[in-house]
Amino acid sequence: MSVDIAVIDYGMGNLRSVSKAIEHVAPAASVVVTSDPAVIAEAGRVVFPGQGAAPDCMREIDARGLRQVIIDAARSKPFLGICMGMQVLFEHSEEGDTACLGILPGTVQRFPHAAMVDAAGNKLKVPHMGWNNVHQAVPHPLWAGIEEGARFYFVHSYFVQPASPAVIAGFSHYPFPFTCAVASGNIFAVQFHPEKSQNDGLTLLGNFVTWNPGEIDSACDMSGAACA
Amino acid sequence: MLAKRIIPCLDVTHGRVVKGINFVELKDAGDPVEIARRYNEAGADELTFLDITASSDDRDLILHIIEDVAAEVFIPLTVGGGVREVGDVQRLLNAGADKVSINTSAVVNPQLVKDAADRYGSQCIVVAIDSKRVNDHWEVFTHGGRKATGLDAVEWAKKMASLGAGELLLTSMDRDGTKSGFDLELTRAISDAVDIPIIASGGVGNLQHLVDGVREGHADAVLAASIFHFGEYGIDEAKKYMKQHGIEVRL
Repeated sequence: MSVDIAVIDYGMGNLRSVSKAIEHVAPAASVVVTSDPAVIAEAGRVVFPGQGAAPDCMREIDARGLRQVIIDAARSKPFLGICMGMQVLFEHSEEGDTACLGILPGTVQRFPHAAMVDAAGNKLKVPHMGWNNVHQAVPHPLWAGIEEGARFYFVHSYFVQPASPAVIAGFSHYPFPFTCAVASGNIFAVQFHPEKSQNDGLTLLGNFVTWNPGEIDSACDMSGAACA
Repeated sequence: MLAKRIIPCLDVTHGRVVKGINFVELKDAGDPVEIARRYNEAGADELTFLDITASSDDRDLILHIIEDVAAEVFIPLTVGGGVREVGDVQRLLNAGADKVSINTSAVVNPQLVKDAADRYGSQCIVVAIDSKRVNDHWEVFTHGGRKATGLDAVEWAKKMASLGAGELLLTSMDRDGTKSGFDLELTRAISDAVDIPIIASGGVGNLQHLVDGVREGHADAVLAASIFHFGEYGIDEAKKYMKQHGIEVRL
């Protein structure tokens, strides 16, 4: 029997928090943490988390033969990238000069040392760690019930720079604006950790487990500009 | 804007939280899961559990606690105490910890910090530094502050950052338990010396101390135990006070 939600395990970091949070918002769903391409291919929805460094992530993805199934899932079913699972969707990461999956056009860059000073002249630490405001660049079903500017928990030293501004779904400031959420078709990906962001994080995960991108597409076709 | 964090610290032994926890109508003052739930509801930004169990026989108890807490509290959880090898880090992460704090073992075997950070990512490796003023500098102590190491705390902090620590939990042994405020000079010296976030700990007696830790000590987060446990101040009271003093917090 196929599972409802597959959390992709490629050996990068702790996935227990992610699976626990999803089980919490979708108690009736079957949630599995898996590195089995067949299970991922059959799953109704896919969550692609990840922690650690980009070169290791890409190496582990390939070592487990997961590259193609991740690309296929990102093109075909509700797909949620989290943290490193967002970054490696892009073409290239500055971290270890790493070629990534190239599902979305754009690059991943480090917070530049010279820019890490706040308005008062205080040094800003890297990693960017803690609760920061997330600004919603576009309306999206995954933002439903979440206030504009709500705080989510971040921990990262690199951020994505999409080639197309059209995919930017959310941004944050540290100290300059950077993209912290992207949306493209059935893909939604976030730099922050919804599984560690208390109620707003659970709301976002709850929105994901009921999200039907196909319906949204047809709704957009019908209502036109309202979905742009 | 990134918020400064307030982190309550819970000492756990034999599966129970020790030191008084004084929430209104708390049914079981020693139940780690209920306490974690209450702090979560009160707006704690993270929770730190310190396993002070003396005997290794009881070590697994903390794993069950973390499992239970992680199943219903969705904020970052840090666990420290008795972490000796990469396998300990793995067990704690698998149980649901988001970060693991390494103290004595980082001094005994600095390679542990590098190995753990390489394997699980810097974001989940916290190095705890217990420090005391000795003559004209601060020295690192281990074994709960009983054993001098001869290491200079500022240099040690830099070394831990270079080995891959994602964050430093800095405790002033001079101030711990005194309620006279953080050692601001120590906190600032270390925070300014490294690029990674610093959690200040040891000495909090009132809310102004939290403000001072951030403003004067340049701390990125403040950790406290007794002022919250004994109900002297609530988390949201502390956050409102910090906000009134111009500090960005999550309310």
